[in-house]
Amino acid sequence: MKDTILKLEHVKKNFGPKTVLHDVNIEIMRGEITCIIGQSGHGKSVILKNIMGLMKPDGGRIIYNGKVISSPITPDSEYDKVRQKFGLLFQGAALFDSMTVGDNIGFTLRERTNLTEDEIQARIRNGLSMVGLHNIEHQMPAELSGGMRSRVGLARAVAMEPDIMLYDEPTSALDPIMSDKINDLILGLRQKLNMTSIVITHDMSSAYKIADRICMLHNGKIIFQGTPAQIRASRNSYIQQFISGKRKLFYAMGADQEMDKQVNLSSIHKEAHKKTFGGVTELKVVPKKRTVGDI
Amino acid sequence: MVRHKHQNLEHLIDFFAAISRFAEIIRDVIIRAPLIFKNPDLTIRQMRIIGIESIPLVIITSIFIGAEVVVQANFQFQGLVPMRYLGFVVSKSLISELAPVITAFVVSSRISTGIAAELGSMKNSEQLDAMTCLSLDSTRYIIVPKVIASIIMLPVLVIISEFFGYMASIIFVHFFIDVTMNTYLEGLRLFFSPNDMILGVLKTSVFGGIIAFCGAYFGLECAKGAEGIGDATTRAVMLSAILILIFDFVIAILFL
Ligand SMILES: Nc1ncnc2c1ncn2[C@@H]1O[C@H](COP(=O)(O)OP(=O)(O)OP(=O)(O)O)[C@@H](O)[C@H]1O
Ligand SMILES: [Mg+2]
Repeated sequence: MKDTILKLEHVKKNFGPKTVLHDVNIEIMRGEITCIIGQSGHGKSVILKNIMGLMKPDGGRIIYNGKVISSPITPDSEYDKVRQKFGLLFQGAALFDSMTVGDNIGFTLRERTNLTEDEIQARIRNGLSMVGLHNIEHQMPAELSGGMRSRVGLARAVAMEPDIMLYDEPTSALDPIMSDKINDLILGLRQKLNMTSIVITHDMSSAYKIADRICMLHNGKIIFQGTPAQIRASRNSYIQQFISGKRKLFYAMGADQEMDKQVNLSSIHKEAHKKTFGGVTELKVVPKKRTVGDI
Repeated sequence: MVRHKHQNLEHLIDFFAAISRFAEIIRDVIIRAPLIFKNPDLTIRQMRIIGIESIPLVIITSIFIGAEVVVQANFQFQGLVPMRYLGFVVSKSLISELAPVITAFVVSSRISTGIAAELGSMKNSEQLDAMTCLSLDSTRYIIVPKVIASIIMLPVLVIISEFFGYMASIIFVHFFIDVTMNTYLEGLRLFFSPNDMILGVLKTSVFGGIIAFCGAYFGLECAKGAEGIGDATTRAVMLSAILILIFDFVIAILFL
């Protein structure tokens, strides 16, 4: 039986007058890989930053192993105790550009662990070869390509062997072959270290490959949470549009205004459906085994 | 009218918020200052960047300051003041005000902008967040070494500046001014006071702190984008110039 390692309850986040996260509820199981998908600018990175303790939610709470680690009223010190359990790969890698690649990975190890210098060097080499990079310890981040940086960022985050790894679009700067390697790496980390992962991605083929569970964020709410098979089977037009990359259907439904009604699967009524499509039953949004008549 | 008042109030609140943020940074740095001995290499590196690499700039400025004081004094003295006081004026103005303050200004244009830009771009590219994620304290590893290096290196730079200022004034007098070298050197020596010199050098430590803290504050408060960084550097150098003059005045009142 899998247990919950991390839980976001009603997490809310505003920036000034703008509410980015309205009500985010996510449950992460130990040892599982959860993908968060959603359109650009809808707050995926903000979710990760809240989990990572870089921001405090304006409402709701985040629970790690049964303890509240972040909420509007929890002191920062509460989070500091568990910070090392989390690792984050930033969207832009965020390498320290005044340090060499080796120091980027080794700095935390030197400062935060009791490893000897030899062990640290070995870890740096292992980490780099794990992400398919060799002999670049002495280069500066500015000399690397975007994809290489993001892989160094990954090596740096994993070096501390966190319980939960968060990846902010780990594959978006990579070619398909390298993306596949990174996906294998994420799977490998789970197998070897039973590492729990939360992966933000736009790339559905990666998501299908690695995810045990997919959450979809839309307008600051989680509108879907389930297995890859379940999301494929979803009859929500917006979700279908997102995962298959087709646009037409969504526009036919009257776009955003209709969205909220469509969000909840149970709220899709035959009537609404008829109204929207004006009796065009051919336009089926309906996957496998079920037909419109079943709704 | 009401709205207008409201806005003023908001500005006032922002102003005090900024001051308290500035004070917070100073406090955080002071608390962590003893930790520099655990990573001396970080501070040494900053001492090189802030101190050693500023030396050419300081030398050039001080040569012109030295020559300029001689020209001005010579011009103003014509027929009014005996020329044996030339050395006195050069010496006093150089050690107590000109070298410390102008060096601080020139170095600030290099250092406070540099610190603001570096921290600003680290903030914008999420490097500061990345440090937090790795349980690394960015104040300790980034800001403290810069502040300490600045506090240590400014006096050194001022001593260099005074030396070259003197040299320049002597050479200038020798070639261009109608005063014998003996008279001039006598003037320099006669009124030389070690206390002035010590105060002049030590107060630049305060200026060094001001320069580094201004850079750090505006770097950390930097808004997103290239414009944000440009803004941060401008403000950093402006505020440090103002604070240098204010503190120079305060120190003069307290110690003279
Ligand atoms: N520090 C911040 N201050 C103000 N607004 C912010 C901040 N961080 C994020 N936002 C806003 O929150 C919204 C969501 O941003 P976020 O970076 O989470 O998007 P995202 O879903 O990760 O998009 P992408 O896929 O492009 O990375 C954006 O509209 C952004 O303007
Ligand atoms: Mg993002």
